[in-house]
Amino acid sequence: MKKIFIIVLLLIAITLFAEFPDGNELIQKVDDNMYSRNAVSTSRMIVHGRRGSRTMEIKSWAEGENRSFSEYLSPPRDAGTKMLKLEDKLWIYNPASDRTIQISGHMLRQSMMGSDLSYEDMMEENELIKIYNAEVTGEEIVIERDCWIVLLTAKEENAAYQTKKVWIDKQRFLPLREERFGKSGKLLKTTEINEVFKIGKRWYPKNMVFKDVLKKGKGTEFIIDSIEFDVEIPESRFSKAALRK
Amino acid sequence: MLKFLAKGLMRDRTRSFFPILIIAAGVMLTVLFYSWINGYEIMMIAENARFETGHVKIVTRAYNEMIDQKPYDLGLMSVTEKIDVLNNEYPQMHWQPRIYFGGLLDLPDESGETLSQGEVIGFGVDLFTDSYERDLLNLMEALSNGNLPSKQGEILISQEVAEKLGININDKVTIIGSTMYGSMAMHNFTVSGMVRFGIQAMDRGAVIVDIADVRLFLDMEDSASEILGFLPKYDEDATFEISAIFNKTYSNEDDEFSEIMLPLRAQGQMEFLLTAMDERMGIFIFFFIFIMSIVLWNSGLMNGIRRYGEIGVRLAIGESKGHIYRSLILESILIGIAATIIGTAIGLVFSYFLQYYGIDMSSMLKDSKVIMSATMRAQVTPASYYIGFLPGVVASAVGAIFSGIGIYKRNTAQLFKELET
Repeated sequence: MKKIFIIVLLLIAITLFAEFPDGNELIQKVDDNMYSRNAVSTSRMIVHGRRGSRTMEIKSWAEGENRSFSEYLSPPRDAGTKMLKLEDKLWIYNPASDRTIQISGHMLRQSMMGSDLSYEDMMEENELIKIYNAEVTGEEIVIERDCWIVLLTAKEENAAYQTKKVWIDKQRFLPLREERFGKSGKLLKTTEINEVFKIGKRWYPKNMVFKDVLKKGKGTEFIIDSIEFDVEIPESRFSKAALRK
Repeated sequence: MLKFLAKGLMRDRTRSFFPILIIAAGVMLTVLFYSWINGYEIMMIAENARFETGHVKIVTRAYNEMIDQKPYDLGLMSVTEKIDVLNNEYPQMHWQPRIYFGGLLDLPDESGETLSQGEVIGFGVDLFTDSYERDLLNLMEALSNGNLPSKQGEILISQEVAEKLGININDKVTIIGSTMYGSMAMHNFTVSGMVRFGIQAMDRGAVIVDIADVRLFLDMEDSASEILGFLPKYDEDATFEISAIFNKTYSNEDDEFSEIMLPLRAQGQMEFLLTAMDERMGIFIFFFIFIMSIVLWNSGLMNGIRRYGEIGVRLAIGESKGHIYRSLILESILIGIAATIIGTAIGLVFSYFLQYYGIDMSSMLKDSKVIMSATMRAQVTPASYYIGFLPGVVASAVGAIFSGIGIYKRNTAQLFKELET
């Protein structure tokens, strides 16, 4: 009787675990959906601070995960500010001072243009599979979509976040919610996707809210107004000379 | 009676020399310690007021929640109007808006690329309207190289930062920070001079810029982190009174951007530090009186033994025990007064010496974040002249009171027998 009971329990456990897909395979599918050879986009970043909201319009060019260039189009005070990311280096050009400054060290942890994102967040590699090991820990419904709950653990100690918890849409392979934790296990940032759109075969976030939980305020809204994948971007776009143009 | 006792003490120096020596030494230490603590406290109040706290400070309630981080994005707006109101309501006070900010100082090479970079703490102060801030911050005295800014766009940097980053006079530097609304801000400045305050917390990385430039740089038009208020002379009670009235009128718990006035003592660790200093002074005086009383009690006992015969004769010829006891106490008070005058005089000489020359404590303040001068000085105040009388006279009297009790234990019937032996 005892043996039968143990066998039944084992069978139940095996059946339950069998329902969860392999975490690494799952995030590979997420990367396949999200990651592209290159992309050009225009977006708006709305920072909801304690003293009101501020909207910035940005045009971005990205190639692979190591090269990106963005230019702030508005408001007037920020217009002309440009950022260039090459590998693990980041330069910012400010038209008012006509200076190009490399952001490094602790400055990378500073808020990017007053938002809830840091420069380090911007520098982080896009492909999850390269940074994290994944394990599916459960399932939940997020914005009326069935999602896997996946725990991501950094492969290396120098990752910006040691662990992440993401809710991945079971059909669209798109993360709909994300929680980022520090080394101590403290929750640092959250991301909520409010609206998605389909472009070609990909599902992509349209409207998302980033929140630095250590900051007061209502977070930073990021809206993608347009995006084109796999378009040709001239090589000169990713050069320091392009910052001053 | 007093004249008689005084003559006795002067003629029989063995009765007065050592007690005077002991009490004078103790009083000298008390005066010196008091003046030292006093100098330390006055210096701490003055320097914190100048650089950090004002005699009172006005900030928003939201800013006050995170005041250690100096979040200028939660600072005061419409500052000109606010200062006009303050000038009308508190005409005896002087009001100065300031902006404190953190940033990265970047020195470019010939091609505009970063040559060196370092973190700095910025002080946006009014350098041009009048000389109030320049005098308050002792900028002329602190200037170690170059000149004070004479026009917009010029900056003073700490000598330490300049040496670390290889910056020279007239170099163009860029400060990178965030605007009041969070955007990236960069502003170019010309280095007009270098300063050394002798205050480790400032010398490690301070830069001083005119507030108008900082407002332009950080997008803070007519805004400020804080408004500091200064009385003609620091008066703690007045600062609490003014703050209470101001907060009752202008501070609203439901509005995080309403103003709140903070008196100096209620800011940061000032309350803790000043209370601790007052307590230490009280504890020192208590222990001094206690220890000196024991020493003088012992000395009184020894004296009593030495004067055993004299007291016996006085009792034998009919002098009452109470009269002898009182005369001993009176003698001790006379000794106490004489010793206190001597001890106070010597203590004052040392205190004045330390007031003018001070002691260089820079090695001990190397990693200090507290705004404090590296040269610590004593400060002689009217209280320095009389503070020694309390322990000097009281300890001496208490010693005599204890040691004199032995008189009452003498048995009159046996006095002649004792005298015969």
